[in-house]
Amino acid sequence: MITFLPKEFFLFDSLTIFFFAVIGLICIPSAIFSIGYLREEALKKKLISWVLLAAFILSMCFVIISGNLFSFLIFWELMSLTSYFLVVLDYKHEKSIRAGTIYLVMTHIGTACLMAAFFILYNYAGSFDYSAVKEAAFALPPSIRNIIFLLLFIGFATKAGVVPMHIWLPYAHPQAPSYVSSIMSGVMIKIAVYGMIRFFVMLLLPAPAWWGAVILVFGIISCLVGVIYALMDHDLKKLLAYHSVENIGIILLGVGAAIFFAARGVIPVAALAMCAALYHLVNHALFKGLLFLCSGSVYKATGLRDIEKMGGLIKTMPATALFFLIGAMGISALPPLNGFVSEWLTFQAFFSGAVESQGAVRIFMIVSAAALALTGGLAAACFVKAFGITFLALPRSARAREAKETGFMMKTGMALLAVPVVIFGVGAGFIAPVILRVSRAVLGVQNAEVSLYLASVLPVLIAVVVLGTALAVFLWFRFCLRTGQVRYNTWDCGYYALDSRTEYTATAFSKPFRIAFSFFLLPYHKSEKIRDSFYHVSKFMYETHTTLVFRKFFYEPLVRFVYSFAWKVRKLQPGSIHLYILYIFITLAGLIALAAIF
Amino acid sequence: MLNTIMVIIGKVFALAIFAPLVSGIIRKTKNTIRMRNGPSVLQPYYNVRKLFLKDEVISKNASWIFYAAPVIVFAGSICALALVLMARPGHLVSNSAAILIAAFFVLSLGRFFMALAGLDAGSSFGGMGSSREVFISSFAEPAAFVAVFVFCMGGGDSFRVSGVLAGFALFMVVIAETSRIPVDNQETHLELTMVHEAMVLEYSGRSLALIELASHIKQMVFFIMLSWCLFPAAGTAPWGWAVFSAEIGVIGIAMAFIEISVAKMRLFRTVDFLSFSFFIALAASIASSLGL
Repeated sequence: MITFLPKEFFLFDSLTIFFFAVIGLICIPSAIFSIGYLREEALKKKLISWVLLAAFILSMCFVIISGNLFSFLIFWELMSLTSYFLVVLDYKHEKSIRAGTIYLVMTHIGTACLMAAFFILYNYAGSFDYSAVKEAAFALPPSIRNIIFLLLFIGFATKAGVVPMHIWLPYAHPQAPSYVSSIMSGVMIKIAVYGMIRFFVMLLLPAPAWWGAVILVFGIISCLVGVIYALMDHDLKKLLAYHSVENIGIILLGVGAAIFFAARGVIPVAALAMCAALYHLVNHALFKGLLFLCSGSVYKATGLRDIEKMGGLIKTMPATALFFLIGAMGISALPPLNGFVSEWLTFQAFFSGAVESQGAVRIFMIVSAAALALTGGLAAACFVKAFGITFLALPRSARAREAKETGFMMKTGMALLAVPVVIFGVGAGFIAPVILRVSRAVLGVQNAEVSLYLASVLPVLIAVVVLGTALAVFLWFRFCLRTGQVRYNTWDCGYYALDSRTEYTATAFSKPFRIAFSFFLLPYHKSEKIRDSFYHVSKFMYETHTTLVFRKFFYEPLVRFVYSFAWKVRKLQPGSIHLYILYIFITLAGLIALAAIF
Repeated sequence: MLNTIMVIIGKVFALAIFAPLVSGIIRKTKNTIRMRNGPSVLQPYYNVRKLFLKDEVISKNASWIFYAAPVIVFAGSICALALVLMARPGHLVSNSAAILIAAFFVLSLGRFFMALAGLDAGSSFGGMGSSREVFISSFAEPAAFVAVFVFCMGGGDSFRVSGVLAGFALFMVVIAETSRIPVDNQETHLELTMVHEAMVLEYSGRSLALIELASHIKQMVFFIMLSWCLFPAAGTAPWGWAVFSAEIGVIGIAMAFIEISVAKMRLFRTVDFLSFSFFIALAASIASSLGL
């Protein structure tokens, strides 16, 4: 009889059901989108893609409903592997293989940490079941608890793409087909957040306040670093991937604040913060899924991902442009769409946290809110860039000029995500109480007094006032104030030759930010002059780049160290059988000696 | 309930109508100090009227965003005004902070569309203006939010050190948000220096009239918040509206004095300016956690 096999296989509670809803909301539209996206592919590739996609989605579902550490780990690994294969689906490209490798290595570092933590837990609980783990957690010595926390945090943070473990994300997400990136970004990285909530809030009780503070600080770092890198990147999908780093940061702000205040006994604030985090989680899944699908639609139509070569697509692809605009407004937290509600709830959580506490904690909360405010402003700036350069003004290349609107299936997929973005904003009055119920159940406090009155009323109020005023102005313009309109060239200062080359570019747009954050981005320039003669320059090249600090100063030295270490270890294996027999003998002797001592 | 709604709608109309007057007063004050005659305080009204009656020129490159943006920015500023009037502090502390922050979000809705419209015509001026506008506003936001937090935490009904510091921080934010010297200059059309004006350069006629009205109303929104920070106890006085008008007037005149006494900053220095404002707001939060 094998004794370590768990007895509780499945688990259904409010958190599980909530995550199931999120998976369904994103995966169904993405799957519909994939029908249109794969229309021209060969049957074999279609089949492989869909089988992998189904396996990927199912493994995520099973991670959620696992009732024990053992099956959690197995399905977690399955989820990582299927998503790896989806990333390298386009295996003929050098880039895909490279992105896949980085992803595989990083995700396994994470899994290794999880495994270590799970075995320590098993050692104390004597079982893999969640209920046994929960019981054993109360009796764990503090040092062991903290080690488990750190291991689990590194493991989940790697999957979630928290800075500084984010480096795989901007490579893997853009390289996958768009419908896969929308699921990876929308749902998969949220599974890691599920892990954090499951373990830190529900199993390893009671969580000390500093766990919450650690998560909060990493959340702040993630959201700022993510959005700054997103501003600098002009590859549409990479930009969106960096925004995932940012939004995971915002979600962790809520989760961290919830743990922090639950530990300090301020239950209503904890419930509000958890509600904000879960709300932002589903919102980010919606608008990020939508934006990735739109980027896929643009990619299908133009074959481009570099926004510097796009432009004017709003005229040739009006539906895609509208959907992208809705997603961009959602992610920029513009009222009355969904991103606004959740970011605003996060602000309220910080504010009520600040009101309820004194001294340093109050300042900590205010600084966190300020970081969120800066992130919000920068994110809006980034999406002005992303939408403006991609869809507005004149096309910057022949491919962008010849773009055609995408087919019905792809439009349906996008529409199925765009409508909830609006509903989750305006209909917050119906949705926020449901999510609050989940967050109460997660925290195990049924009677926490949280008023969501304002959150239910204000989005509707804003929508009514803005739309009402806009309608009034429109009617007034239409029927009363009949002044004329002339269509004429853009003002060109008398130059008479404006074309797409005189337009503002994404690089120029983000230049002020590059200068303001130069202490972190470390920008550098390369310029090259090719001369016909001393007097005449026939060609001038100018490039501007930013330094990826985490890669350059942490990961590259680390990889170099690993290689040089491996090179040294290699000397132990010269290929001589005599030496190997000696190794075996020494090991045996050592083991016998050890056995004799203990 | 219905009564309150009617009162707020009435106030919104009244304040929206008087908003251009505040700009007129600021302009007149500046001219008086410079020993110039200057146009009358009603000039902003004449401008808006003139623009509403003129024909419009619209770029051939423009899309529907270009048409929608002025309407959205105007509706957004009206909505922000209504929200600020609902959030009179001193009653429900956490609610008023939440509503004020929502007002900032609504203003950023208008700004988002204006910045897109700046890029829409395909002119370098518009892109430059959009880029600079979102740059400045994203750095202004943290200071503004912290200032509002701290001010609302104080309750807003009595004179506190933290409230005054928050008011000072908010004042600097308002300078940036209403495009005034030293951050931006409303009176310039020099390509090196303009920010907001560059973004709306392509607009004319009734669309421009809406944009100008929206800027006046947005300025009013910020001045109302400032008046709460700087003159906390005055709201309950008899002759409330007269006291309130006097407060707005004082803030406007102070703004005019600042505008004529400093030089415009380089664009990248505005980061320092707004960081300074953020640190003052942070000092206000330290003061508030000390109970001052």
